[in-house]
Amino acid sequence: MCGIVGLHLRDRGLYPRLGELLAGMLVEMAERGADSAGVAVYGDPGWSPSGRVGVCLLDVGLPPKRVAEAVGDRLGSAVVAEQLDATTLLHAPVDPQELLEAATTAFPEVLVGGFGSDVTVLKGVGRPDDLVARYGLRSAQGWQGVGHTRMATESAVTAGGCHPYSVGPDQCLVHNGSFANHATIRRELIADGVRFDSDNDTEVGARFVARALADGLTLEAALKSLCATFDGFYTLLVSSADSFAVVRDAIACKPAVIAETDDWVAMASEYRALVGLPGIEHATIFEPEPEVVYAWTR
Amino acid sequence: MDTLTPRTADAVELDLSGVGLRETNRLLHHPEELTGTTVTISHPQGAHSVAAGLDAPLVITVAGHVGYYAAGMNQQATITVDGNCGPGVAENMMSGRVRVRGNASQSAGATAHGGLLIIDGDAGARCGISMKGVDIVVGGNVGHSSAFMAQAGRLVVRGDAGDGFGDSIYEARLYVRGRVASLGADCVAKDMGPDQLTELAGLLEAAGYDDDPAEYTRYGSARRLYHFHTDNANAY
Repeated sequence: MCGIVGLHLRDRGLYPRLGELLAGMLVEMAERGADSAGVAVYGDPGWSPSGRVGVCLLDVGLPPKRVAEAVGDRLGSAVVAEQLDATTLLHAPVDPQELLEAATTAFPEVLVGGFGSDVTVLKGVGRPDDLVARYGLRSAQGWQGVGHTRMATESAVTAGGCHPYSVGPDQCLVHNGSFANHATIRRELIADGVRFDSDNDTEVGARFVARALADGLTLEAALKSLCATFDGFYTLLVSSADSFAVVRDAIACKPAVIAETDDWVAMASEYRALVGLPGIEHATIFEPEPEVVYAWTR
Repeated sequence: MDTLTPRTADAVELDLSGVGLRETNRLLHHPEELTGTTVTISHPQGAHSVAAGLDAPLVITVAGHVGYYAAGMNQQATITVDGNCGPGVAENMMSGRVRVRGNASQSAGATAHGGLLIIDGDAGARCGISMKGVDIVVGGNVGHSSAFMAQAGRLVVRGDAGDGFGDSIYEARLYVRGRVASLGADCVAKDMGPDQLTELAGLLEAAGYDDDPAEYTRYGSARRLYHFHTDNANAY
């Protein structure tokens, strides 16, 4: 199974409630899988301060101050670090790629959960209600968020196997389903120089999309290309610095519901995850068609 | 179309958010414990298996959206969902009547043996998959692979049908007013005779629609998959 939730806010007045609303959605999906859960929050003023970029490192095993010093030494300027459960969140007023390189040079064995100028990615092993509390998600703010609660089938239950997969700047991908031909596509991507962090099938999808976006494709075109290349079952929710998109495979057996109002667009594996959203009783609610890319841009 | 079930003196309201799903379904399975036969289930909030497994002539209105398997395995009961349904509404229904005022997700009426399922909105993929005698009337469109391996019963689609319609169909009878994206294996368009026009008019009337049956096309089995074909011998 696995449960997916996502919320793209249009009404700025709701930004302070993003974390609370996303947490409610994620916890409601716990019955679809509760071995691990992750979230990505876009635009939290504390986690992603204006003018600074962030990198999320998983399970570093050192106090945040020591991590900040080690990365700061590589970068040649001061880095601020904060510990959020298993994630060490670093930020500095530099280019995202610079901070990423400094972090991965200082800690080459450590997994990068996500990076960018606007996104914070938090992952962990456990039940979504526990993780939401450990992340402090309910008090997070922002304009967009995605979440995933996992029932592992394709790789181990670890923070690294937890979604979202965030492998490009401010990009996230969450997946319900399983890709059948991911090993073949992984080999092709590796031959093209793409590096992988895990054996997970979803990571192949995320790296495929990241490369397509880096090649200049729009999110919609990247997802159409994914549909043409990947075999298997998937409902995907993909987010970027300004967009939010949903796509399902041709068979469309993995569920998805989209709800839309003037104030927000939301997506979830099941309708019950959406019942707490303000104005849901007046929302336009529909099931996405197979192999149709639904995208919304800020 | 009929309106919401009228509240009578013996109407019972079960607030799912307070009573809980298990107790609500337990009461519906033991109608002798209810003070009436007309029941409104309020605040369903997308819950699964709402009003599943009933076997009594209750008249039930579910006031809102439901999740998976609503009204599954229904016998005798008349159930109206005043909202959308998740996957598998009225799956394996044996008798009775289920109406969905909104849209239904995939596998609506799957494997159902009897009764009437009406979906006023659209139905998703695999509507009527392996249907075994149920009648289904869909007000809007149906998704891909609808009526897959449909064995018996009738499926009426007032809108369009998705790809692979009626794939590997047995003896179910299908009527579509709109466009069929593509027909599945062994499913073909058939002539509409007086018997079929009468049958379709009866189904539309039962569902509360007054379309002209002549606007519909009938589809059914070409019966080419029923017997072994010697051309395929080399495949075995």
